[in-house]
Amino acid sequence: MDINDLRSIVTVLSFAIFIGIVWWAYGGKRKARFDEAANLPFAEDEGDRVHAGAARQEQRKTS
Amino acid sequence: MSETQSNYNYKVVRQFAVMTVIWGIVGMAMGVFIAAQLVWPDLTYGIEWLSYGRLRPLHTNAVIFAFGGCALFATSYWCVQRTCHARLFCGPLAAFTFWGWQVVILLAAITLPMGMTSGKEYAELEWPIDLLITAVWVSYAVVFFGTIAKRTVSHIYVANWFFGGFILAVALLHVVNSCEIPVSLFKSYSCYAGAQDAMVQWWYGHNAVGFFLTAGFLGMMYYFVPKQAGRPVYSYRLSVVHFWALIFTYMWAGPHHLHYTALPDWTQSVGMLFSLILLAPSWGGMINGIMTLQGAWHKLRDDPILKFLITSLSFYGMSTFEGPMMAIKTVNALSHYTDWTVGHVHSGALGWVAMVSIGSIYYLLPRLFGKPEMHSVKLITVHFWVATIGVVLYIASMWIAGVMQGLMWRAVNPDGTLTYSFVEAVKGSYPFWTIRFVGGLLFLSGMLIMAYNMFKTMAGGKTEDAPVLAPAGHHA
Repeated sequence: MDINDLRSIVTVLSFAIFIGIVWWAYGGKRKARFDEAANLPFAEDEGDRVHAGAARQEQRKTS
Repeated sequence: MSETQSNYNYKVVRQFAVMTVIWGIVGMAMGVFIAAQLVWPDLTYGIEWLSYGRLRPLHTNAVIFAFGGCALFATSYWCVQRTCHARLFCGPLAAFTFWGWQVVILLAAITLPMGMTSGKEYAELEWPIDLLITAVWVSYAVVFFGTIAKRTVSHIYVANWFFGGFILAVALLHVVNSCEIPVSLFKSYSCYAGAQDAMVQWWYGHNAVGFFLTAGFLGMMYYFVPKQAGRPVYSYRLSVVHFWALIFTYMWAGPHHLHYTALPDWTQSVGMLFSLILLAPSWGGMINGIMTLQGAWHKLRDDPILKFLITSLSFYGMSTFEGPMMAIKTVNALSHYTDWTVGHVHSGALGWVAMVSIGSIYYLLPRLFGKPEMHSVKLITVHFWVATIGVVLYIASMWIAGVMQGLMWRAVNPDGTLTYSFVEAVKGSYPFWTIRFVGGLLFLSGMLIMAYNMFKTMAGGKTEDAPVLAPAGHHA
Protein backbone atom coordinates (compact mmCIF):
# COMPACT_ATOMS: atom_id res chain seq x y z
CA MET A 1 0.00 0.00 0.00
CA ASP A 2 1.54 3.28 -0.96
CA ILE A 3 1.34 6.47 1.09
CA ASN A 4 -1.33 7.94 -1.19
CA ASP A 5 -3.78 5.18 -0.26
CA LEU A 6 -3.26 6.09 3.37
CA ARG A 7 -3.88 9.76 2.53
CA SER A 8 -7.13 8.90 0.76
CA ILE A 9 -8.25 6.77 3.68
CA VAL A 10 -7.55 9.58 6.16
CA THR A 11 -9.54 12.04 4.02
CA VAL A 12 -12.54 9.73 3.69
CA LEU A 13 -12.34 8.83 7.38
CA SER A 14 -12.27 12.53 8.34
CA PHE A 15 -15.34 13.14 6.23
CA ALA A 16 -17.16 10.20 7.83
CA ILE A 17 -16.23 11.49 11.30
CA PHE A 18 -17.54 14.93 10.42
CA ILE A 19 -20.86 13.50 9.21
CA GLY A 20 -20.97 11.53 12.45
CA ILE A 21 -20.47 14.74 14.44
CA VAL A 22 -23.33 16.45 12.58
CA TRP A 23 -25.58 13.46 13.26
CA TRP A 24 -24.55 13.46 16.92
CA ALA A 25 -25.08 17.21 17.34
CA TYR A 26 -28.56 17.12 15.86
CA GLY A 27 -29.61 13.89 17.55
CA GLY A 28 -32.81 14.37 19.56
CA LYS A 29 -31.39 12.89 22.75
CA ARG A 30 -28.73 15.56 23.13
CA LYS A 31 -31.16 18.50 22.94
CA ALA A 32 -31.73 18.94 26.65
CA ARG A 33 -28.03 18.67 27.39
CA PHE A 34 -27.16 21.29 24.78
CA ASP A 35 -29.83 23.66 26.06
CA GLU A 36 -28.28 23.37 29.49
CA ALA A 37 -24.80 23.91 28.04
CA ALA A 38 -25.96 27.02 26.17
CA ASN A 39 -26.90 28.52 29.54
CA LEU A 40 -23.45 27.96 31.07
CA PRO A 41 -22.38 31.62 30.71
CA PHE A 42 -25.50 32.63 32.64
CA ALA A 43 -24.98 30.39 35.65
CA GLU A 44 -23.33 33.36 37.37
CA ASP A 45 -26.44 35.49 37.52
CA GLU A 46 -29.33 33.20 38.31
CA GLY A 47 -32.05 35.75 37.66
CA ASP A 48 -30.70 36.57 34.26
CA ARG A 49 -30.35 32.93 33.30
CA VAL A 50 -33.85 31.96 34.25
CA HIS A 51 -35.21 34.92 32.38
CA ALA A 52 -33.20 34.36 29.20
CA GLY A 53 -33.55 30.59 29.25
CA ALA A 54 -37.28 30.70 29.77
CA ALA A 55 -37.75 33.20 26.97
CA ARG A 56 -35.77 31.08 24.53
CA GLN A 57 -37.50 27.86 25.58
CA GLU A 58 -40.89 29.49 25.14
CA GLN A 59 -39.90 30.59 21.67
CA ARG A 60 -38.77 27.09 20.71
CA LYS A 61 -42.03 25.53 21.80
CA THR A 62 -44.07 27.88 19.68
CA SER A 63 -41.82 27.60 16.61
CA MET B 1 -18.03 24.28 48.99
CA SER B 2 -14.79 25.12 50.75
CA GLU B 3 -12.52 24.57 47.76
CA THR B 4 -14.65 26.83 45.56
CA GLN B 5 -14.30 29.72 48.00
CA SER B 6 -11.20 31.10 46.33
CA ASN B 7 -11.38 34.03 43.91
CA TYR B 8 -11.09 34.25 40.16
CA ASN B 9 -7.73 35.41 38.85
CA TYR B 10 -8.70 38.80 37.45
CA LYS B 11 -5.27 40.35 37.70
CA VAL B 12 -3.90 38.74 34.55
CA VAL B 13 -7.15 39.48 32.67
CA ARG B 14 -6.90 43.12 33.76
CA GLN B 15 -3.29 43.35 32.58
CA PHE B 16 -4.03 41.86 29.19
CA ALA B 17 -7.22 43.93 28.74
CA VAL B 18 -5.41 47.22 29.37
CA MET B 19 -2.51 46.25 27.11
CA THR B 20 -4.98 45.33 24.35
CA VAL B 21 -5.97 49.00 24.13
CA ILE B 22 -2.39 50.26 24.43
CA TRP B 23 -1.01 47.90 21.75
CA GLY B 24 -4.04 48.59 19.60
CA ILE B 25 -3.09 52.25 19.52
CA VAL B 26 0.60 51.50 18.86
CA GLY B 27 -0.10 48.96 16.11
CA MET B 28 -2.75 51.04 14.38
CA ALA B 29 -0.62 54.20 14.64
CA MET B 30 2.11 52.24 12.88
CA GLY B 31 -0.42 51.32 10.18
CA VAL B 32 -1.50 54.94 9.74
CA PHE B 33 2.15 55.94 9.54
CA ILE B 34 3.01 53.52 6.74
CA ALA B 35 -0.23 54.46 4.97
CA ALA B 36 1.02 58.06 5.10
CA GLN B 37 4.34 56.91 3.64
CA LEU B 38 2.50 55.64 0.58
CA VAL B 39 0.92 59.05 0.11
CA TRP B 40 4.07 61.03 1.01
CA PRO B 41 6.99 58.75 0.12
CA ASP B 42 9.64 61.17 1.43
CA LEU B 43 8.03 61.38 4.85
CA THR B 44 11.00 59.88 6.70
CA TYR B 45 13.88 61.36 4.66
CA GLY B 46 15.23 57.92 3.82
CA ILE B 47 16.00 56.92 7.41
CA GLU B 48 16.33 53.15 7.08
CA TRP B 49 14.81 52.23 10.47
CA LEU B 50 11.66 54.06 9.46
CA SER B 51 11.43 52.68 5.95
CA TYR B 52 8.18 51.12 4.80
CA GLY B 53 9.70 47.66 4.36
CA ARG B 54 10.78 47.51 8.01
CA LEU B 55 7.75 49.15 9.60
CA ARG B 56 5.14 47.16 7.69
CA PRO B 57 6.01 43.87 9.47
CA LEU B 58 6.08 45.81 12.73
CA HIS B 59 2.54 47.03 11.99
CA THR B 60 1.25 43.53 11.19
CA ASN B 61 2.97 41.95 14.19
CA ALA B 62 1.74 44.70 16.51
CA VAL B 63 -1.90 44.53 15.46
CA ILE B 64 -2.13 40.75 15.13
CA PHE B 65 0.01 39.49 17.97
CA ALA B 66 0.16 42.46 20.36
CA PHE B 67 -3.37 43.87 20.02
CA GLY B 68 -5.18 40.72 18.90
CA GLY B 69 -3.03 38.47 21.07
CA CYS B 70 -3.61 40.46 24.26
CA ALA B 71 -7.35 40.56 23.51
CA LEU B 72 -7.37 36.77 23.10
CA PHE B 73 -5.41 36.19 26.30
CA ALA B 74 -7.70 38.51 28.27
CA THR B 75 -10.98 37.14 26.97
CA SER B 76 -9.97 33.46 27.03
CA TYR B 77 -8.69 33.74 30.63
CA TRP B 78 -11.95 35.43 31.62
CA CYS B 79 -14.22 33.06 29.75
CA VAL B 80 -12.50 29.85 30.83
CA GLN B 81 -12.65 30.81 34.51
CA ARG B 82 -16.25 31.99 34.43
CA THR B 83 -17.64 29.06 32.46
CA CYS B 84 -15.57 26.40 34.25
CA HIS B 85 -16.35 27.85 37.69
CA ALA B 86 -12.72 27.53 38.60
CA ARG B 87 -9.81 29.85 39.34
CA LEU B 88 -7.18 30.01 36.61
CA PHE B 89 -4.74 27.11 36.87
CA CYS B 90 -1.23 27.99 38.07
CA GLY B 91 -1.15 31.75 38.73
CA PRO B 92 2.62 32.22 38.34
CA LEU B 93 2.54 30.58 34.91
CA ALA B 94 -0.34 32.85 33.89
CA ALA B 95 1.76 35.83 35.01
CA PHE B 96 4.62 34.46 32.90
CA THR B 97 2.37 34.40 29.83
CA PHE B 98 1.65 38.09 30.37
CA TRP B 99 5.21 39.27 30.94
CA GLY B 100 6.66 36.84 28.39
CA TRP B 101 4.24 38.05 25.74
CA GLN B 102 5.07 41.70 26.46
CA VAL B 103 8.80 40.92 26.10
CA VAL B 104 8.11 39.23 22.74
CA ILE B 105 6.30 42.38 21.58
CA LEU B 106 9.08 44.68 22.77
CA LEU B 107 11.71 42.51 21.07
CA ALA B 108 9.67 42.70 17.85
CA ALA B 109 9.54 46.49 18.16
CA ILE B 110 13.35 46.59 18.49
CA THR B 111 14.45 43.95 15.97
CA LEU B 112 12.11 44.60 13.06
CA PRO B 113 13.06 48.27 12.51
CA MET B 114 16.71 47.16 12.74
CA GLY B 115 16.06 44.94 9.76
CA MET B 116 16.36 41.59 11.56
CA THR B 117 13.85 39.30 9.92
CA SER B 118 13.45 35.74 8.80
CA GLY B 119 11.41 37.08 5.88
CA LYS B 120 8.31 34.94 6.44
CA GLU B 121 5.11 36.94 6.48
CA TYR B 122 3.48 37.14 9.94
CA ALA B 123 6.45 35.06 11.20
CA GLU B 124 9.26 37.56 10.68
CA LEU B 125 10.71 37.37 14.18
CA GLU B 126 14.14 35.75 14.42
CA TRP B 127 14.82 32.42 16.09
CA PRO B 128 15.60 33.51 19.69
CA ILE B 129 12.23 35.30 19.80
CA ASP B 130 10.58 32.26 18.21
CA LEU B 131 11.84 30.19 21.13
CA LEU B 132 10.41 32.65 23.65
CA ILE B 133 7.07 32.61 21.80
CA THR B 134 7.07 28.81 22.05
CA ALA B 135 7.72 28.95 25.81
CA VAL B 136 4.93 31.49 26.34
CA TRP B 137 2.52 29.55 24.14
CA VAL B 138 3.14 26.22 25.87
CA SER B 139 2.55 27.98 29.22
CA TYR B 140 -0.67 29.46 27.82
CA ALA B 141 -1.82 25.95 26.85
CA VAL B 142 -0.94 24.60 30.31
CA VAL B 143 -2.82 27.41 32.06
CA PHE B 144 -5.86 27.17 29.78
CA PHE B 145 -6.24 23.39 29.65
CA GLY B 146 -5.25 23.12 33.32
CA THR B 147 -8.22 25.35 34.14
CA ILE B 148 -10.50 23.23 31.99
CA ALA B 149 -9.21 20.11 33.77
CA LYS B 150 -10.10 21.54 37.21
CA ARG B 151 -13.56 22.78 36.15
CA THR B 152 -16.43 22.15 38.54
CA VAL B 153 -19.11 21.89 35.85
CA SER B 154 -19.29 18.83 33.61
CA HIS B 155 -19.70 20.49 30.21
CA ILE B 156 -16.96 22.45 28.44
CA TYR B 157 -18.69 25.53 27.02
CA VAL B 158 -18.36 25.98 23.23
CA ALA B 159 -16.34 29.21 23.53
CA ASN B 160 -13.67 27.22 25.34
CA TRP B 161 -13.58 24.72 22.49
CA PHE B 162 -12.82 27.54 20.09
CA PHE B 163 -10.18 29.05 22.40
CA GLY B 164 -8.67 25.58 22.94
CA GLY B 165 -8.62 24.82 19.21
CA PHE B 166 -6.94 28.16 18.57
CA ILE B 167 -4.25 27.53 21.19
CA LEU B 168 -3.41 24.03 19.92
CA ALA B 169 -3.45 24.98 16.22
CA VAL B 170 -1.26 28.06 16.73
CA ALA B 171 1.27 25.97 18.68
CA LEU B 172 1.43 23.48 15.79
CA LEU B 173 1.67 26.21 13.12
CA HIS B 174 4.36 28.17 14.96
CA VAL B 175 6.57 25.16 15.60
CA VAL B 176 6.34 23.75 12.06
CA ASN B 177 6.73 27.05 10.21
CA SER B 178 9.54 28.29 12.47
CA CYS B 179 11.78 25.28 11.80
CA GLU B 180 14.93 27.18 10.94
CA ILE B 181 18.69 26.85 11.05
CA PRO B 182 20.40 29.66 12.96
CA VAL B 183 23.60 30.96 11.41
CA SER B 184 24.12 33.68 14.03
CA LEU B 185 22.24 35.11 16.97
CA PHE B 186 20.27 37.37 14.66
CA LYS B 187 19.94 35.37 11.45
CA SER B 188 18.43 32.03 10.52
CA TYR B 189 17.29 30.26 7.39
CA SER B 190 14.16 28.16 6.89
CA CYS B 191 14.49 24.37 7.01
CA TYR B 192 12.39 24.13 3.88
CA ALA B 193 13.31 25.11 0.36
CA GLY B 194 11.64 26.31 -2.82
CA ALA B 195 7.95 25.61 -3.41
CA GLN B 196 7.78 23.53 -0.21
CA ASP B 197 8.96 26.52 1.80
CA ALA B 198 6.30 28.69 0.17
CA MET B 199 3.64 26.06 0.86
CA VAL B 200 4.64 25.65 4.52
CA GLN B 201 4.68 29.44 4.89
CA TRP B 202 1.15 29.82 3.50
CA TRP B 203 -0.13 26.76 5.30
CA TYR B 204 1.03 28.73 8.34
CA GLY B 205 -0.11 32.09 7.01
CA HIS B 206 -3.64 31.15 6.17
CA ASN B 207 -4.11 29.14 9.33
CA ALA B 208 -2.85 32.10 11.31
CA VAL B 209 -5.90 33.80 9.80
CA GLY B 210 -8.07 30.73 10.40
CA PHE B 211 -7.07 29.93 13.93
CA PHE B 212 -5.45 33.03 15.43
CA LEU B 213 -7.76 35.58 13.79
CA THR B 214 -10.89 33.46 13.46
CA ALA B 215 -11.24 30.53 15.88
CA GLY B 216 -9.96 32.55 18.84
CA PHE B 217 -12.24 35.49 18.10
CA LEU B 218 -15.19 33.16 17.53
CA GLY B 219 -14.55 31.99 21.08
CA MET B 220 -15.02 35.63 22.07
CA MET B 221 -18.20 35.81 20.00
CA TYR B 222 -19.71 32.69 21.61
CA TYR B 223 -19.23 34.10 25.09
CA PHE B 224 -19.61 37.87 24.83
CA VAL B 225 -22.49 38.09 22.32
CA PRO B 226 -24.81 35.91 24.46
CA LYS B 227 -23.68 37.73 27.63
CA GLN B 228 -24.23 41.21 26.24
CA ALA B 229 -27.52 40.23 24.58
CA GLY B 230 -28.64 38.46 27.76
CA ARG B 231 -29.72 35.40 25.82
CA PRO B 232 -28.16 32.00 25.20
CA VAL B 233 -26.61 31.38 21.80
CA TYR B 234 -29.18 30.86 19.00
CA SER B 235 -28.30 27.21 18.34
CA TYR B 236 -25.83 25.32 20.46
CA ARG B 237 -25.91 22.41 18.02
CA LEU B 238 -24.96 24.68 15.17
CA SER B 239 -22.04 25.94 17.26
CA VAL B 240 -20.77 22.36 17.67
CA VAL B 241 -20.99 21.73 13.92
CA HIS B 242 -19.48 25.18 13.27
CA PHE B 243 -16.45 24.28 15.38
CA TRP B 244 -15.73 20.92 13.77
CA ALA B 245 -16.40 22.17 10.24
CA LEU B 246 -13.78 24.91 10.70
CA ILE B 247 -11.31 22.44 12.21
CA PHE B 248 -11.72 20.01 9.31
CA THR B 249 -11.52 22.55 6.47
CA TYR B 250 -9.27 25.49 7.40
CA MET B 251 -6.00 23.54 7.28
CA TRP B 252 -6.42 22.97 3.52
CA ALA B 253 -7.04 26.51 2.33
CA GLY B 254 -3.46 27.86 2.37
CA PRO B 255 -2.54 27.18 -1.29
CA HIS B 256 -4.91 29.93 -2.46
CA HIS B 257 -2.13 32.35 -1.50
CA LEU B 258 0.03 30.74 -4.19
CA HIS B 259 -2.22 30.69 -7.26
CA TYR B 260 -0.31 30.78 -10.55
CA THR B 261 3.04 30.16 -8.86
CA ALA B 262 5.46 27.22 -8.97
CA LEU B 263 3.14 25.32 -6.62
CA PRO B 264 1.67 22.25 -8.40
CA ASP B 265 -1.60 23.01 -10.13
CA TRP B 266 -3.59 20.34 -8.28
CA THR B 267 -2.48 21.82 -4.93
CA GLN B 268 -3.78 25.20 -6.02
CA SER B 269 -7.11 23.62 -6.99
CA VAL B 270 -7.41 21.83 -3.64
CA GLY B 271 -6.74 25.13 -1.88
CA MET B 272 -9.36 26.89 -3.96
CA LEU B 273 -11.96 24.17 -3.37
CA PHE B 274 -11.51 24.12 0.38
CA SER B 275 -11.61 27.91 0.49
CA LEU B 276 -15.00 27.76 -1.24
CA ILE B 277 -16.24 25.11 1.21
CA LEU B 278 -15.23 27.39 4.08
CA LEU B 279 -18.05 29.75 3.19
CA ALA B 280 -20.55 27.31 4.72
CA PRO B 281 -19.18 27.06 8.29
CA SER B 282 -18.24 30.74 8.30
CA TRP B 283 -21.75 31.84 7.46
CA GLY B 284 -23.23 29.24 9.78
CA GLY B 285 -21.24 30.80 12.61
CA MET B 286 -22.12 34.34 11.63
CA ILE B 287 -25.84 33.52 11.48
CA ASN B 288 -25.59 31.76 14.83
CA GLY B 289 -24.06 34.87 16.39
CA ILE B 290 -26.43 37.39 14.85
CA MET B 291 -29.56 35.30 15.46
CA THR B 292 -28.68 35.17 19.15
CA LEU B 293 -30.29 38.58 19.17
CA GLN B 294 -33.57 37.11 17.95
CA GLY B 295 -36.38 38.65 19.93
CA ALA B 296 -34.07 41.28 21.40
CA TRP B 297 -33.22 43.36 18.35
CA HIS B 298 -34.27 46.53 20.17
CA LYS B 299 -31.17 46.17 22.34
CA LEU B 300 -29.06 47.09 19.32
CA ARG B 301 -30.59 50.55 19.33
CA ASP B 302 -29.15 51.76 22.60
CA ASP B 303 -26.37 49.36 23.49
CA PRO B 304 -23.13 50.45 21.76
CA ILE B 305 -21.26 47.35 22.96
CA LEU B 306 -23.80 45.17 21.19
CA LYS B 307 -23.43 47.42 18.14
CA PHE B 308 -19.71 46.63 18.08
CA LEU B 309 -20.31 42.91 18.48
CA ILE B 310 -23.05 42.56 15.87
CA THR B 311 -21.31 44.85 13.36
CA SER B 312 -18.19 42.73 13.77
CA LEU B 313 -20.25 39.70 12.78
CA SER B 314 -21.54 41.50 9.69
CA PHE B 315 -17.97 42.22 8.65
CA TYR B 316 -17.08 38.61 9.42
CA GLY B 317 -19.83 37.54 7.02
CA MET B 318 -18.66 40.01 4.38
CA SER B 319 -15.01 39.04 4.50
CA THR B 320 -15.74 35.31 4.62
CA PHE B 321 -17.81 35.73 1.47
CA GLU B 322 -15.16 37.85 -0.19
CA GLY B 323 -12.33 35.46 0.79
CA PRO B 324 -13.68 32.33 -0.93
CA MET B 325 -14.57 34.44 -3.95
CA MET B 326 -11.00 35.80 -4.17
CA ALA B 327 -9.67 32.24 -3.80
CA ILE B 328 -11.26 31.30 -7.14
CA LYS B 329 -8.32 31.20 -9.54
CA THR B 330 -9.83 33.42 -12.22
CA VAL B 331 -10.83 36.08 -9.67
CA ASN B 332 -7.44 35.76 -8.02
CA ALA B 333 -5.80 36.44 -11.39
CA LEU B 334 -7.25 39.93 -11.10
CA SER B 335 -7.05 40.52 -7.35
CA HIS B 336 -3.70 39.03 -6.39
CA TYR B 337 -0.87 41.47 -5.50
CA THR B 338 -3.31 44.40 -5.69
CA ASP B 339 -4.81 46.55 -2.94
CA TRP B 340 -7.99 44.48 -3.15
CA THR B 341 -6.19 41.94 -0.97
CA VAL B 342 -5.26 44.71 1.47
CA GLY B 343 -8.89 45.82 1.57
CA HIS B 344 -10.07 42.25 2.18
CA VAL B 345 -7.60 41.74 5.00
CA HIS B 346 -8.68 44.96 6.70
CA SER B 347 -12.37 44.20 6.31
CA GLY B 348 -11.55 41.10 8.38
CA ALA B 349 -8.96 42.69 10.65
CA LEU B 350 -10.65 46.02 11.45
CA GLY B 351 -14.27 45.07 10.83
CA TRP B 352 -14.30 41.63 12.44
CA VAL B 353 -11.26 41.06 14.68
CA ALA B 354 -10.82 44.58 16.05
CA MET B 355 -14.54 45.28 16.50
CA VAL B 356 -15.32 42.02 18.31
CA SER B 357 -12.27 42.63 20.53
CA ILE B 358 -13.25 46.21 21.25
CA GLY B 359 -16.80 45.14 22.14
CA SER B 360 -15.51 42.38 24.42
CA ILE B 361 -12.98 44.63 26.14
CA TYR B 362 -15.70 47.26 26.75
CA TYR B 363 -17.71 44.46 28.37
CA LEU B 364 -14.76 43.45 30.54
CA LEU B 365 -13.32 46.78 31.69
CA PRO B 366 -16.06 47.88 34.13
CA ARG B 367 -16.29 44.36 35.55
CA LEU B 368 -12.53 44.21 36.04
CA PHE B 369 -12.37 47.55 37.83
CA GLY B 370 -15.49 47.20 39.97
CA LYS B 371 -17.63 49.75 38.12
CA PRO B 372 -21.26 49.35 37.02
CA GLU B 373 -20.44 50.51 33.48
CA MET B 374 -17.84 52.36 31.41
CA HIS B 375 -17.07 55.95 32.44
CA SER B 376 -19.00 57.21 29.41
CA VAL B 377 -21.39 55.01 27.44
CA LYS B 378 -21.87 57.90 25.03
CA LEU B 379 -18.19 57.80 24.12
CA ILE B 380 -18.55 54.10 23.22
CA THR B 381 -21.22 55.14 20.73
CA VAL B 382 -18.92 57.84 19.35
CA HIS B 383 -16.13 55.27 19.11
CA PHE B 384 -18.47 52.91 17.26
CA TRP B 385 -19.41 55.42 14.58
CA VAL B 386 -15.89 56.79 14.12
CA ALA B 387 -14.57 53.24 13.75
CA THR B 388 -17.33 52.15 11.37
CA ILE B 389 -16.86 55.14 9.07
CA GLY B 390 -13.10 54.49 9.19
CA VAL B 391 -13.47 50.85 8.13
CA VAL B 392 -15.88 51.67 5.33
CA LEU B 393 -13.58 54.38 3.93
CA TYR B 394 -10.64 52.02 4.20
CA ILE B 395 -12.12 49.01 2.45
CA ALA B 396 -14.07 50.92 -0.20
CA SER B 397 -10.97 52.83 -1.30
CA MET B 398 -8.90 49.65 -1.38
CA TRP B 399 -11.50 47.82 -3.43
CA ILE B 400 -11.53 50.56 -6.04
CA ALA B 401 -7.74 50.91 -6.06
CA GLY B 402 -7.28 47.14 -6.20
CA VAL B 403 -9.61 46.48 -9.11
CA MET B 404 -8.15 49.46 -10.94
CA GLN B 405 -4.59 48.19 -10.44
CA GLY B 406 -5.56 44.67 -11.54
CA LEU B 407 -7.22 45.96 -14.71
CA MET B 408 -4.34 48.31 -15.55
CA TRP B 409 -1.70 45.62 -15.03
CA ARG B 410 -3.43 43.14 -17.29
CA ALA B 411 -4.40 45.56 -20.08
CA VAL B 412 -2.54 44.88 -23.32
CA ASN B 413 -2.42 46.71 -26.64
CA PRO B 414 -3.40 44.93 -29.89
CA ASP B 415 0.30 44.36 -30.55
CA GLY B 416 0.71 42.54 -27.22
CA THR B 417 2.62 45.25 -25.34
CA LEU B 418 1.40 46.45 -21.94
CA THR B 419 -0.98 49.39 -22.10
CA TYR B 420 0.20 50.91 -18.83
CA SER B 421 3.59 51.08 -17.16
CA PHE B 422 3.60 50.12 -13.48
CA VAL B 423 4.08 53.67 -12.32
CA GLU B 424 0.87 54.75 -14.05
CA ALA B 425 -1.06 52.37 -11.77
CA VAL B 426 0.80 53.85 -8.80
CA LYS B 427 -0.18 57.34 -9.90
CA GLY B 428 -3.81 56.29 -10.29
CA SER B 429 -3.79 54.83 -6.77
CA TYR B 430 -2.76 58.03 -4.98
CA PRO B 431 -6.26 59.42 -4.29
CA PHE B 432 -7.39 56.07 -2.89
CA TRP B 433 -4.29 55.73 -0.72
CA THR B 434 -5.16 59.14 0.70
CA ILE B 435 -8.72 58.02 1.47
CA ARG B 436 -7.31 54.84 3.07
CA PHE B 437 -5.02 57.00 5.23
CA VAL B 438 -8.05 59.01 6.42
CA GLY B 439 -10.02 55.81 7.11
CA GLY B 440 -7.14 54.39 9.15
CA LEU B 441 -6.74 57.67 11.01
CA LEU B 442 -10.44 57.57 11.96
CA PHE B 443 -10.14 54.01 13.25
CA LEU B 444 -7.07 55.02 15.28
CA SER B 445 -8.95 58.02 16.72
CA GLY B 446 -11.61 55.60 17.90
CA MET B 447 -8.97 53.69 19.84
CA LEU B 448 -7.76 56.92 21.45
CA ILE B 449 -11.33 57.63 22.57
CA MET B 450 -11.43 54.11 24.00
CA ALA B 451 -8.16 54.68 25.88
CA TYR B 452 -9.51 57.90 27.43
CA ASN B 453 -12.69 56.10 28.44
CA MET B 454 -10.68 53.20 29.84
CA PHE B 455 -8.40 55.33 32.01
CA LYS B 456 -11.41 57.28 33.30
CA THR B 457 -13.11 53.97 34.15
CA MET B 458 -9.97 52.68 35.86
CA ALA B 459 -9.56 55.79 38.01
CA GLY B 460 -10.61 55.00 41.56
CA GLY B 461 -11.78 51.54 40.53
CA LYS B 462 -11.62 48.55 42.83
CA THR B 463 -9.35 45.76 41.71
CA GLU B 464 -10.73 42.98 43.85
CA ASP B 465 -11.23 39.53 42.40
CA ALA B 466 -14.76 38.14 42.34
CA PRO B 467 -15.33 34.89 44.23
CA VAL B 468 -15.44 31.68 42.23
CA LEU B 469 -18.98 30.46 41.70
CA ALA B 470 -20.14 27.20 43.14
CA PRO B 471 -20.87 24.50 40.56
CA ALA B 472 -24.29 24.89 38.98
CA GLY B 473 -25.78 22.07 41.06
CA HIS B 474 -25.00 23.85 44.32
CA HIS B 475 -27.07 26.86 43.34
CA ALA B 476 -30.34 25.05 42.88
